[in-house]
Amino acid sequence: MEAAEIASITQHSGGAIGAAWLMIALPLVGAAVLLLGGRRTDKFGHLLGVLMAVASFVVAALAFVQLLGFAPGERRRGVSLFEFIPGLVDKVGLLVDPLSISFCLLITGVGSLIHVYSIGYMAHDPNRRRFFAYLNLFVAAMLLLVLADNYLALFVGWEGVGLASYLLIGFWQHKPSAATAAKKAFIVNRVGDVGLLIAMFTIFATFHSLTFSGVLDRAGDASQGTLTAIGLLLLVGACGKSAQLPLQSWLLDAMEGPTPVSALIHAATMVTAGVYLIVRSGPIFEGTGTAQLVVTIVGVATLLAGAIIGTAKDDIKKALAGSTMSQIGYMVLAAGVGPAGYAFAIAHLITHGFFKADMFLGAGSVMHAMNDEVDMRKYGGLRKVMPITFATFLVGYLAIIGFPLLSGYFTKDGIIETAMEHSAVLGWLAVLGAGITGFYMSRLVFMTFFGKKRWDAKAHPHESPAVMTVPLLLLSIGSIALGAYLILGNRFMIFLSPAVGAPEHLPEFHPFSAPGLATLALVAIGAAFAWLRYGAAEVPATAPRGSFLTTFARRDLYGDALNEALFMRPGQWLTRLAVFFDNRGVDGLVNGLAASIGGSSGRLRRVQTGFVRSYALSIFVGAAVLVGAWFVVGNL
Amino acid sequence: MTTHYLVLSALLFAIGGVGVLVRRNAIVVFMCVELMLNACNLAFVTFARQNGSLDGQVIAFFVMIVAAAEVVIGLAIIVTIFRTRRSASVDDASLLKH
Repeated sequence: MEAAEIASITQHSGGAIGAAWLMIALPLVGAAVLLLGGRRTDKFGHLLGVLMAVASFVVAALAFVQLLGFAPGERRRGVSLFEFIPGLVDKVGLLVDPLSISFCLLITGVGSLIHVYSIGYMAHDPNRRRFFAYLNLFVAAMLLLVLADNYLALFVGWEGVGLASYLLIGFWQHKPSAATAAKKAFIVNRVGDVGLLIAMFTIFATFHSLTFSGVLDRAGDASQGTLTAIGLLLLVGACGKSAQLPLQSWLLDAMEGPTPVSALIHAATMVTAGVYLIVRSGPIFEGTGTAQLVVTIVGVATLLAGAIIGTAKDDIKKALAGSTMSQIGYMVLAAGVGPAGYAFAIAHLITHGFFKADMFLGAGSVMHAMNDEVDMRKYGGLRKVMPITFATFLVGYLAIIGFPLLSGYFTKDGIIETAMEHSAVLGWLAVLGAGITGFYMSRLVFMTFFGKKRWDAKAHPHESPAVMTVPLLLLSIGSIALGAYLILGNRFMIFLSPAVGAPEHLPEFHPFSAPGLATLALVAIGAAFAWLRYGAAEVPATAPRGSFLTTFARRDLYGDALNEALFMRPGQWLTRLAVFFDNRGVDGLVNGLAASIGGSSGRLRRVQTGFVRSYALSIFVGAAVLVGAWFVVGNL
Repeated sequence: MTTHYLVLSALLFAIGGVGVLVRRNAIVVFMCVELMLNACNLAFVTFARQNGSLDGQVIAFFVMIVAAAEVVIGLAIIVTIFRTRRSASVDDASLLKH
């Protein structure tokens, strides 16, 4: 097969694709009704939220079916919405193509399941309506992000998901830790956003357009240096949103939010927006080897860092968050390889969306049963009391470690093979990351579901209600089957090729390649090691001190300490200096001036005695002096 | 011939001026002001006579009218102050210095 070029965009109206704006509008209306309606909507708020998410999914599914009806070369459909600032973005529109529709199906599909799950999870929360309003707001913003046909609208969605993420991380804002975590996520994301904004400025200065069609079709016209600059700045934006090194520090703290939020925003969808940005801007990155190299290095570094952090966490959600970082590292690595990796990046993104959401929701189910305990050292032996949660979690676990024939096996193996062809070093580091994944995920599963009960005296774990377990079951079906469906026969790569292009030679799936076997072996070793340490052996109730390596991993590779030393402390010094200068310098000057004027006025005031006769005397004296002076001058 | 009138005018003006400066009673001060105004009037009329023009006489009328208006307002103020403070001394009315 020839190297597939990116197809041009066909204008479209009518049908489900023409109504693609409904996908965004429905959840937005839901959010508006729930937020403006206030307590009046408390009774049905959660149902409206679910309804809007499901309706959005239905539109996405119909649009997907309609898209499949076109020939592959015509599967990029532009839907124009309204005229905007001429010269900047002439028309704001939506772009429905294989890439964006894949995201739409993931966001609305997994999003709907998580909405349903949240009915049960948030059942006892007095602010459940507000929670659903924010969830709907998130879905709307995320869909705008992936459906936009220009960088400006993408940026609006980009900020929208940032806002929703902030609101949802800090949903329990009465907890200081949650409020701090929300602010931290917001600030770190702003750093990335500055990168994205400057990238947009540079794009506009170079191409005089912000639409994808106007920029990406002409990416080859720009100089190598400009493309590298744009690519690196886009990468900064992607790093912020996707928690890649060096902007990774917010994701672990973001676990302060309710668990469905961690599943939807901080595992399945929002954190993958960076991968979307890189893949969507593919022609820019393909024009510059430097930017691609940096992308792959960031990906590999993050996949290892996330995996190492995951090994040391006792908090079940933080261990999963480390794992999310690591898996997105895989996606970024694949996205940096170029057209050969795009399909694997997005395929892994989709399967990861399923199995990671599955595991996060499973973790939420466990927490729900254990009075919101998150310390895995106080779990143990839960597989007997929570059979459905255990079974679905096990599926997600097997999928993420790449157990043969499950989703993660196909997609992650694809990434490793692609990276291996690109550069052996990157490939083997990715294999090593897979081995560590095998260890930390096994550790998590053994500590939670196997071994002896280490529960608190007050804990009475029970299986969660059906409204929570049914989404788990549906997600685990995706975790089992989706990978094979997407990867075998390069089905997904061919489907995506009109949107992102495809390599000259479609890869073939080798079940017994050397890297594949090495991955399996390392994963098996990691899992066995985890069984020895945490399955067969007794897990101590308090974490042992461990070596300096353990501390290194527990402290998130000193990421926070680094940020603190490099940015926070100097920032505080700067503010202190500014405050000092303001108090002593600026205020001193202003206050001193005022005090001197006040003091001299006080002295001058004494002249006013209030005695009419003394005023009269001064008038007379003055007049006499004037008359005298006149005589003197007149006589000269 | 007109020198006598001018000397009288200067004398009256000086008496009025000294009265304004040394007396405390507001009514007397007021009367002294009137004395000074009329001394000026006398000087104006004298010069008008001396120069054979009517300008000085006309100005004298203006001064009388202004003086009449001044008396009305000035007396009203003095009476009001006296009613509230039971004193007609100009030295007592010194609150505005604060």
